[in-house]
Amino acid sequence: MTQLPTQTDKKLGLVIDLDICVGCHACVVNCKEWNTSGYGAPLGDTNAYDADPLGSWLNRIHTYEVTPQETPAYDNPSSTGASPSHQCGSGDSLAQLVHFPKSCLHCEDAPCVTVCPTGASMKRSEDGIVLVEEDKCIGCGLCAWSCPYGAREMDPMENVMKKCTLCVDRIYNDNLPEIDRTPACVRTCPANARHFGDFADPNSDVSIMVKERGGMDLMPEMDTKPVNKYLPPRAKVKTSDGLEIAAEQSKSEMKADGFLGWLDKALEKMG
Amino acid sequence: MTKSEYQLDTSPHVSDEIRKTTCYMCACRCGINVHLRKGDDGEMKIRYIEGNRDHPINKGVLCAKGSAGIMQHYSPARLKKPLKRVGERGEGKFEEIEWEEAFGIATEWLGDVRKKDPKKLAFFTGRDQSQSLTSWWTQQFGTPNYAAHGGFCSVNMAAGGIYTFGGAFWEFGSPDWDKTELFIIFGVAEDHDSNPIKMGLSKVKNRGKKIISVNPIRTGYNAIADEWVGVTPGTDGLFVLSLIHCMLKMGRVDLDYLIRYTNAPWLVIQDEGAEDHGLFARDADGKNLVMDRNSGKLIAYDTKGVKPDLKGEAILADGRKAVPVFELLAGKYLSDDYAPEKIAEEVGVPATQIRAIAKEIGDTAFEKEIVVDQPWTDMKGEKHDKMIGRPVSFHAMRGISAHSNGFQTCRAIHLLQILIGSIDCPGGFRFKPPYPRPISAQPKPHGAYKIGAPLPGPHLGFVSGPEDLLLDEDGVTPLRIDKAFSWDAPMSAHGLMHMVISNAHARDPYGIDVLFLYMANMSWNSSMNTDGVMKMLSDKDENGEYIIPKIIYSDAYSSEMVAYADLILPDTTYLERHDAISLLDRPISEPEAMCDAIRWPVLEPDRDVRCFQSALLELGGRLGLPNLTNEDGTPKYTEYADYIQQHERKPGVGPLAGWRGEDGESHGRGAPNESQIDEYIKNGGFSEKHVPAEAHYFKHANVAWQDFAVEMGLQDGHVENIFQLYLEPLRKFQLAAEGKGERQPPETHKERYKRCFDPLPDWYAPFEGTQISEEEYPLHALTQRPAAMYHSWGSQNAWLRQIHGSNPMYVPKDVCDSVGLQDGDWAYIKSYHGKIKVPVKVMGAVNQKTLWTWNAIGKRKGAWNLSDNANESNKGFLLNHLINELLPAKGDGLRWSNSDPITGQAAWFDLRVNIEKAPAGLESEPKIKPQKSVGVGGEKNVAYGKEWTK
Repeated sequence: MTQLPTQTDKKLGLVIDLDICVGCHACVVNCKEWNTSGYGAPLGDTNAYDADPLGSWLNRIHTYEVTPQETPAYDNPSSTGASPSHQCGSGDSLAQLVHFPKSCLHCEDAPCVTVCPTGASMKRSEDGIVLVEEDKCIGCGLCAWSCPYGAREMDPMENVMKKCTLCVDRIYNDNLPEIDRTPACVRTCPANARHFGDFADPNSDVSIMVKERGGMDLMPEMDTKPVNKYLPPRAKVKTSDGLEIAAEQSKSEMKADGFLGWLDKALEKMG
Repeated sequence: MTKSEYQLDTSPHVSDEIRKTTCYMCACRCGINVHLRKGDDGEMKIRYIEGNRDHPINKGVLCAKGSAGIMQHYSPARLKKPLKRVGERGEGKFEEIEWEEAFGIATEWLGDVRKKDPKKLAFFTGRDQSQSLTSWWTQQFGTPNYAAHGGFCSVNMAAGGIYTFGGAFWEFGSPDWDKTELFIIFGVAEDHDSNPIKMGLSKVKNRGKKIISVNPIRTGYNAIADEWVGVTPGTDGLFVLSLIHCMLKMGRVDLDYLIRYTNAPWLVIQDEGAEDHGLFARDADGKNLVMDRNSGKLIAYDTKGVKPDLKGEAILADGRKAVPVFELLAGKYLSDDYAPEKIAEEVGVPATQIRAIAKEIGDTAFEKEIVVDQPWTDMKGEKHDKMIGRPVSFHAMRGISAHSNGFQTCRAIHLLQILIGSIDCPGGFRFKPPYPRPISAQPKPHGAYKIGAPLPGPHLGFVSGPEDLLLDEDGVTPLRIDKAFSWDAPMSAHGLMHMVISNAHARDPYGIDVLFLYMANMSWNSSMNTDGVMKMLSDKDENGEYIIPKIIYSDAYSSEMVAYADLILPDTTYLERHDAISLLDRPISEPEAMCDAIRWPVLEPDRDVRCFQSALLELGGRLGLPNLTNEDGTPKYTEYADYIQQHERKPGVGPLAGWRGEDGESHGRGAPNESQIDEYIKNGGFSEKHVPAEAHYFKHANVAWQDFAVEMGLQDGHVENIFQLYLEPLRKFQLAAEGKGERQPPETHKERYKRCFDPLPDWYAPFEGTQISEEEYPLHALTQRPAAMYHSWGSQNAWLRQIHGSNPMYVPKDVCDSVGLQDGDWAYIKSYHGKIKVPVKVMGAVNQKTLWTWNAIGKRKGAWNLSDNANESNKGFLLNHLINELLPAKGDGLRWSNSDPITGQAAWFDLRVNIEKAPAGLESEPKIKPQKSVGVGGEKNVAYGKEWTK
């Protein structure tokens, strides 16, 4: 059993904005290319050019199709007099994809730490980053088994447990310009959907963002107290009810001959 | 502060050197910082690639592809030495030869063609970013047969835009991300242009503005849109024209904008049966006439003080009638044929949704007007104290263009933009330098060749009517092998690369001797009818000779096309080469800055390979091509870098705009500078010249922009750019088909000119659907490019292939239910042309008549140095097998290409299919015989960076 710190000075972590993540995998691959030559063993890839390649990654994107329980904004064409057998092209127009990037959430009550038999899996008291001290790791896999998020991966070549380090070798790195002392996934995200900061500071950008946007814990029922937060998709900016607009338009619409009258007046106004 | 026991070096050494160059993991050309670090063997290797924060395109961010550059640079499929074919075409059996021998063979083949009949060389390039060099080289050679891949990519987008308003989406324009209030995105897969769109969407979302996506598939960018319009493929044009119908009915048009900047007031002759019916009425000086609404007089459109009318009948000097374009336009689109209720079923979008979107566009454009306090002066000399914006912006890409009605659809979108006054205004669409550039400032196509002489001008260009077509003396036979600029596709501004092999094989219009290709995977994912093309490339005539006798190919990697070449010129990776991302070509500008960039060898090749452009220049010298050879017969340019710095397209203007002049102090115009590339390297690989603030908007009519463009060498004088709502060249082709004029299309073609060449944006059903039984093939099938994979290049990449290693066919849930399919089942997909067997995945967020899959994931066994068991070749598949490059035979003996009849754009997305359940299987079909790879090879397992970790 490995001990968790009773508290940490900082709570460093990520905010991931599901409203603007397009699922492009930039964060996934940039993480891999930074970290394979960085902290601990490389992130190996077996069968690299063969069937079923398998590599270790510290960050992955999962894509889910969801159908929110709402009333569609528009009825489908069949109700407008078109053939009743016709299907609206948009089908079940509420079905949508959600792209969900997932890496270690650096939990305050991290079960992956307490389950570790050697003390390799640890949470840093100074900043709350959960790390694996690879020299002590025996590759037993208990930590991955205990993580409810599936955020750890055994490296297929080195048999050592790999996980997100929050780019601990970037964020304090004096060899990098200050502006680049941020995790690789945050620096590279084209949609600006990833943010890094200290959640212990209520005035940090990430704390404010979470407050304003209703940032959420992933699976709070697991009592792991994840540090990373997800911003839920914003309510879609809605067009007012389509049917009302249609009715209003058909009332106010000009007939073709009316259009020329309108044009006359409009041109007159221009002088 | 507490400290953990675990002592960790948090400031490890990162890299020994950072070299800044331009990415080439896709076509977006982002700036990258390549971190290099010494390896165990003392050699510099790539430690890390990140986005360049100063770069105008990506401003520091980098996508998945760019981030996987390490694996591309060290790919097992890299070619290592010139190769000569020893087996049969398609097998992939080669012997390695020296460059001297390779140049010798190529010089002999090409020299022979040039001496006897230059048109028998067809030189076509794929995703070539050096088209200003490759086209110029081919012009010096003297063959009429050159084009790049635009014809099968997005020529409809480019031509539709340039003909209409002198600009186009993507490279020549951009939404005003910072000011737009409503953004509508049509038919955009997740690639073009990768990072800027993601950055832009993020800006729009963070400002709380609305995004509407029009796309049959709700993935990627469409997944985060506020509203989704799940349009049926090929009907976007009808949807947009219905929006226009609503806009007119609501009076939501910007009349002032139309009068100032468009041909809406120009008079159109109404004299049915006359030679000039439907053409513009002009005065004795050839100036277009308008009717002054105060005096009723007909005067030249640019007369000072004229107040042109937009309606009413005018009587011309010869007593004939004419009406303004706008009256014709209003008459057409106000028709109930375009009412939302009439077209809802065809487009698969509820009428109420069409009406709501039209209202929203109108409300946003006219009630959320944006004012930028920036005085400017228009080209008529009128001073404006501010810039007024109609903040609705659009972007569109291949979903619009890859249909046989794509040119008209693209024009329809631009018409909508123009009607609401949102081209190059605050919050709307913005031009990027060197654009705007209307067709009056574009070249015409050239094809008249003479043995031993350069072609008199560039191959590709913009025609204004039948007089500009490239035809034989009979007025019918195409001059070009791809039949570009012929009656088959008169306005084919980018050529028809997808027809080259098919036509050469059919010897229609003639056979060729040498096919020379550069980075174009024509025997696989870049061709329709992949199987057929593979056969055409290896077919022999009655004498046992290949029908396409000689094939020279240059690529950096062991692609499917390599197997079909007779001679391979191995190219470098993108990190080993020079390149110019030139304003003469496809620039990287932003609306407020004119920009270009370079690539340079941040690493030296460790193989016997050469940057293709250097090899081409060497060949040009050996062939003694004009302008490529010194008087003493030696090559004028020793390598590409030398050409980039020394070549002048016209005095003072060359491939790169920055640091010109002997002292390097000039921008745009100036003498060549031998330190130019060094200056680019010092500046991070690019140059950026800011557009003056008074020229930020309304560039099409802005005198400050014109002055800047002239000063910078983008143009040599002011260029008038009047938006062409009514496109007269189309009407000229219709007149020819009506039997007018000297050059007329053959009888067989007349009907399509009447139907498809409406001078006002129009919609007609995509061709394939009208020539097959809709009952038999009720579904549409599309491909999309994923964000993390670019064409065929990605599969050799150990990282990217873990993300997209195989591709299911995504099938709408109702369709699955109707044929009894579930996730993981296999299905046969059939078109009139072919049949494939594929794995299935059920999906809800897709148009209910549309199947789709990821593009170019399927690989031929043995290609790209992947094992024969690779998922890409076992489970992955190509939709291309279902798509024919020809339309179904009509029994007229003609070969009708599966293309837009106006531009020749390959109509990939017209495909119609059906689906049935297949027995469970392990492999997709068709099964194609394996080829042999000839790349450097790779390790079974990769642990990149191990030498730098403990």
